[in-house]
Amino acid sequence: MIAIVDYGAGNLVSVKKAFDWLGQECAITSDVAEVERAAKVVLPGVGHFASTTALGRSGLQHTIASSIGRGVPFLGICVGMQWMFEHSQESPETVGLGLLRGECERFPESVKSPHVGWNQLEIDAASRLFRGLASGSFVYFTHSFRVPITETTSACCEYGGRFSAAVERDQAFGVQFHPEKSGEIGLKVLENFCAL
Amino acid sequence: MLTKRIIACLDVHDGRVVKGVQFVNLRDAGDPAELAKAHSKAGADEIVLLDISAAHQQRATLLGTVRRAARELFIPFTVGGGIRTLEDAAAVFSAGADKVSINSAALADPTVIARIAERFGSQAVVVAIDAKWREDAGRWEAFTHGGRTTSGRDAVAWAREAELCGAGEILLTSMDCDGTGAGFDCELTRAVADSVRIPVIASGGAGGAEHFVQVFREGHADAALAASIFHYGLSAVGELKQRLGAEGIAVRWPC
Repeated sequence: MIAIVDYGAGNLVSVKKAFDWLGQECAITSDVAEVERAAKVVLPGVGHFASTTALGRSGLQHTIASSIGRGVPFLGICVGMQWMFEHSQESPETVGLGLLRGECERFPESVKSPHVGWNQLEIDAASRLFRGLASGSFVYFTHSFRVPITETTSACCEYGGRFSAAVERDQAFGVQFHPEKSGEIGLKVLENFCAL
Repeated sequence: MLTKRIIACLDVHDGRVVKGVQFVNLRDAGDPAELAKAHSKAGADEIVLLDISAAHQQRATLLGTVRRAARELFIPFTVGGGIRTLEDAAAVFSAGADKVSINSAALADPTVIARIAERFGSQAVVVAIDAKWREDAGRWEAFTHGGRTTSGRDAVAWAREAELCGAGEILLTSMDCDGTGAGFDCELTRAVADSVRIPVIASGGAGGAEHFVQVFREGHADAALAASIFHYGLSAVGELKQRLGAEGIAVRWPC
């Protein structure tokens, strides 16, 4: 079962719908025990980095960290990916999971922010999440903060400079774009995650 | 490169698409769910469903329509028409919409924008502005209630305020151009797009590919929306995107 973690931030229906379409057993849940038992964990996220503090309060942060530690495949989407890092300029007092090193930053003044719409991926051929997908594929983004390029970056995107569109390390994956809203390409990304 | 978005709009009344429907190869040309899927397959970047009946007794019908349309739609999906409160918005989100579009209710009480944005994020809140040029006042004014009543508000100033309240995008319809097929209102679009930092979707007046070129180049639009011109054939969005690509405008093609 795939646990889609509900921590009170935004709308999770679209994410569930996409896994349903792929024929995957999944549930939207905020229950620690259910997340603990899950074969895979997905952390969606829209809105503010500060909303992730709810994960710490409810004990879900600890549960997710230990799942990742046991090698349970994890996918963070949008703010869910940003939370895998240490900090974000969006909410300096909020501490992320710190699984990956780095800080989310603002877009430069030279471009409109938020970054909304379809943009292209530059994919690392070794990525497991993007298996079968080519660089130049379009996916849908909507975000005001971004993760810089790091050693864990598996796909880049260009908007006011290059940034991490996706990261991966071991069984932990993050995507800044919304695979559930990115047409066939997005469904393929989710399918690859399901196949791990 | 961030592409310009082409958005297909479905005007729905009592659960049926009502405007200029001439799709081929569909079992039911007036069915919003089938049309949404067809537009998505044809290359639309986003779907907007506007409930033009918007009467409260028809909310259940609308939610059923949204649920059916959302089930097989994996591109952004906006729903508007008659959304007045956070509760109205929440119902539409749980039926599968990604964004709500609000118009009259936001003008009557701009705090509704912030309330929805706080719960669902700014990216989920589109403020729709129906603007009409007032020669006497020398400005565009925002109209409410399907364009029947002026709010007396300057449309550009209202767009700026909506952004401050937490709107994630502006859906800007030119009432002067709507339905003419003579082209978007590039002046209006540029006036708004240059005044806000959030994306502006131009709407009203699309008749041909050249109009999209103009509104992206001269109107500084981030996205353009049309209804009737996409109903003439399944390949229309794809043809439009190829034309735009040939003109040097970045679009998502092939999808």
